[in-house]
Amino acid sequence: MATVITRVKQKQITQLIDKGKRLDGRGLTDYREIKIEQGIIEKAEGSAKVLLGKTEVVVGVKIEAGEPFSDTPNEGVLTVNAELVPLASPGFEPGPPDENSIELARIVDRGIRESKALDTEKLCLEPGKKVFVVFVDVYVLNHDGNLIDASALAAMAALLNTKMGKYEYKDGEVKMKPGYEPLPIKKHPITVTCVKIGDKLVVDPWLEEEQVMDARISMAIDDDDNICAIQKGGSGYFEPKQVFEAAKLAKEKSREMRKKLNW
Amino acid sequence: MNDKPEKLIDKKGLRLDGRKPDELRPVKLQVGVLSNADGSAYIEHGKNKILAGVYGPREVHPKHLALPDRTVVKCRYHMAPFSVQERKSPAPSRREIELSKVIRESLEPAIFMEYYPRTMIDIFVEVLQADGGTRCAAITAAALALADSGIPMRDLVVACAAGKVDDTIVLDLMDTEDKVGSADVPVALMPNLNAVTLLQMDGTLSTDEFESAVNLALEGCKQIYALQKEALRTKYVSIKEENKEEAEE
Repeated sequence: MATVITRVKQKQITQLIDKGKRLDGRGLTDYREIKIEQGIIEKAEGSAKVLLGKTEVVVGVKIEAGEPFSDTPNEGVLTVNAELVPLASPGFEPGPPDENSIELARIVDRGIRESKALDTEKLCLEPGKKVFVVFVDVYVLNHDGNLIDASALAAMAALLNTKMGKYEYKDGEVKMKPGYEPLPIKKHPITVTCVKIGDKLVVDPWLEEEQVMDARISMAIDDDDNICAIQKGGSGYFEPKQVFEAAKLAKEKSREMRKKLNW
Repeated sequence: MNDKPEKLIDKKGLRLDGRKPDELRPVKLQVGVLSNADGSAYIEHGKNKILAGVYGPREVHPKHLALPDRTVVKCRYHMAPFSVQERKSPAPSRREIELSKVIRESLEPAIFMEYYPRTMIDIFVEVLQADGGTRCAAITAAALALADSGIPMRDLVVACAAGKVDDTIVLDLMDTEDKVGSADVPVALMPNLNAVTLLQMDGTLSTDEFESAVNLALEGCKQIYALQKEALRTKYVSIKEENKEEAEE
């Protein structure tokens, strides 16, 4: 993600953070304003748009009948894909998904999968033969930092918004019936990302903070305060005690957000 | 292929392969195994068999990727089609692309990247046989290959996983434990700097369980670190002896 930031600004951001302040006036552990809009794409079974400050992500959910994986014959399939569309940042280029978009998709996927947010066993039509495949497509529309938290939030909001058509399954054929029902959702994971700048941990980095960070760590926290997925990124390191501090921060922040969202 | 064992830990507290919860699998390391690479290493970690080769610093390809103030590190983690039970397509999967990225990011903090502007360092990792914990074994081997190539480093990087199976926190999960167990936490460490350079997790752990898993993994890293240093020493002692013999002749 090749966008440039001047040395002067790098220094300014780092020095401010060292004093516990941020360029945009937030405290080190404050999130930017979060806005969630659900059901914005009528053609998709479920959709949501998340605005995290100026970062903007849309997620659409599509459901189709398909084949299960051989190691989980009686479970539906969850597929997460992420597109860093070129209009979202001067650093994004068209073409097949690069390592950044693949990593983003896999972090979102892991949060949902490992927390068992989606009850995939209820999406089985005929064990080993036919199940429902839930496609979660993350579309980044404007990149102003912390795509991970925004995407994870949007993906969960879209899944909660998803309506499956009622159906009848007979002789290997799925017949749609009138009426809708929600997806079987069991958990509501929330992903919290911290970055290390100097020796401080900063929650919800915006773009310029991501450009000066040493490393980042994202943790997905489920409804019972358990950690269900972690990803460290960036070419820096954390001390073990900073890792544990990040876990504590993630727990606190996810609780706050859960309360606000009523998840 | 669906014979999931009922229990991963028996009544005596031993695991499927007879290990104690805090016991590593046997680790064998060898440095300088490829004649063409600038640095190379081979690791056998349990049944994992992994080769790592380093080329560079060398000319950047494609040229526009060159950086004016530091080297570009590239990493390719790749699994051989025959390395797993069901043949894996040789085309890089999304998993391999993600692992290539996290392995690179776990090694970069160790390299003095600013010493080699406008160049590129290529790290190639080939998994010949996989049995759980390949990313960790790959990092351990790749760090040795980097050291073997003579690139200045702040420390070696060593990696090991811990996790939870049957409600017990265990060290160094093998394939079945990884698949059936409830959590897997791979950790990479630069022991002298006490710096964690890779941390991932999937599964479900409470914060307390997470802390003990990370601490256990760090202990495992330190054990493998001793083997890493030994492997490097072995190579250079053997070179010294060769030279001595030549001088005597």
